[in-house]
Amino acid sequence: MLFDRSEILETLRMLELENLDVRTATLGISILDCRGKDFEETVESIVEKVRRYAAPLNAVADEVSAKYGIPIVNRRVAISPVALLLRGDEDDRVVTLAQALDALGQELAIDFIGGFSALVHKGETRGDRLLMESLPSVLSQTERICASVNVASSRSGVNVDAILTMAKVVKETAERTAHRDGIGCAKLVVFANAPEDNPFMAGAFHGVGEPEVVVNVGVSGPGVVKEVVRRHPRATLGELAEVIKRTAFKITRVGELIGREVAEKLGVPFGIVDLSLAPTPRMGDSVAEILEEMGLERCGAFGSTLALALLTDACKKGGAMASSSVGGLSGAFIPVSEDARMSEAVAVGALPLEKLEAMTSVSSVGLDMIAIPGDTPWETIACIMADEVAIGVMNHKTAGVRLIPVPGKSAGDKAHFGGLLGEAIIIPVNPHRGDRFILRGGRVPAPLTSLKN
Amino acid sequence: MIDVDLSAFEEEKSTENKVVITVVGKDRVGIIAAITSCLAEHNVNIEDITQKILGEYFTMILVGDTSCCPVTLAELREKLTRKGEEVGVKVYLQHASIFRAMHRI
Repeated sequence: MLFDRSEILETLRMLELENLDVRTATLGISILDCRGKDFEETVESIVEKVRRYAAPLNAVADEVSAKYGIPIVNRRVAISPVALLLRGDEDDRVVTLAQALDALGQELAIDFIGGFSALVHKGETRGDRLLMESLPSVLSQTERICASVNVASSRSGVNVDAILTMAKVVKETAERTAHRDGIGCAKLVVFANAPEDNPFMAGAFHGVGEPEVVVNVGVSGPGVVKEVVRRHPRATLGELAEVIKRTAFKITRVGELIGREVAEKLGVPFGIVDLSLAPTPRMGDSVAEILEEMGLERCGAFGSTLALALLTDACKKGGAMASSSVGGLSGAFIPVSEDARMSEAVAVGALPLEKLEAMTSVSSVGLDMIAIPGDTPWETIACIMADEVAIGVMNHKTAGVRLIPVPGKSAGDKAHFGGLLGEAIIIPVNPHRGDRFILRGGRVPAPLTSLKN
Repeated sequence: MIDVDLSAFEEEKSTENKVVITVVGKDRVGIIAAITSCLAEHNVNIEDITQKILGEYFTMILVGDTSCCPVTLAELREKLTRKGEEVGVKVYLQHASIFRAMHRI
């Protein structure tokens, strides 16, 4: 036989029992050529281009999914950062673009369109400013539009003025979507070192260094990794790293196979495969469960940072061995509300915000999907963002912040976002203020890349 | 002299139209007959077959060639799933390259 019986059954077990799936096939589309003689024409041109490329996405994804018997859960679109097309005098017409794309997403059954983005790590254009100021309207008046703003990078430092703007934007977006626990903020990421080829929402956008059109896929499989850890109860941590690495290899290979085939059928280049252990609220699909299976009583207990470091690194190593086209975020995500077990850890007080921040120094994203009290001052939100991007900038890695200040609710209350976004207990925030520090504003210079001790 | 190893390419070619069908369920009379007759009806040539009974559980793995199969893999899976339900087993069908991707370097 071509394959060993145990190999076939292992693949089947991963798919059927351990929730291995291709989490997203994301079509990146450049819209930089869509400039019309006025903004209305630009909107038309963008919608036309996205429709042309994205229309066959669902049918192709279904076909490939059927061929291999592996689910491709989400089909998404990422466009070039919209701010690059803005002059700054379009005012509320930015919202009409968002609404037009939102309607297109609905028509094509695409659940998220990312790219309402601005790259302001060193400074902002008038277009960037308009985009940021439009976000509360965009995110409260659309369902499928995702936004991200890169406020810092290891090459240019931290734009504190942009952080201050974004903290106010987060606060206002939450208030405008108060009836749904501030869900608008779940579609908004503030980044340091944002990747240009990330297929995962809400942070996906089509970077300026990318080709005209590209397919990037995100594979997941926390359940598969948890099972392999469970089967090695007495392994040393070194041995555990090895078995996780092997598993990551297998998962990544599946992702690349699927990505290449989707790209070929769409007639566009294949970009990258991003192996990220991305949890969902389902049982057995949790990163916290992996850490607990490694031997921690609760995710958040001391030991969690090393456990997560081991996990993220083993995923990256297995992925890099499996494919030369690994990119995006690649590692482990720790989005609190999307991971039922992580939410529980917050609820019992095992996982405070400070521990989450520590863990983000070794995870592949950042402070993700964390519900905080609605009355958290915007200056404090800015300080949380500042601390997180500092971790990213100083360690030359991506760091994202997706906080939801849930209007009218306080620490210990429950916030419901529904579906994949899950639900979360609101986490307490240190009440001591950093206003005088953060309101100094300005730009923190880029870090040194030598003298590393 | 240049020495080129073509085995990887040959293997790729050899899995082009191959599918792996896995059948799992409680053992009973007629499972193999039901599944293989369904494959014959759709012109799928069986190239390899292995089965094992563990306790009262039955697992069978078949490798089939679908180059002459007139229906799509999705339709074939649907037919096999229904046939499997009639005899009380679960049937999975996957293109063989997923196993090659996962288990071969």
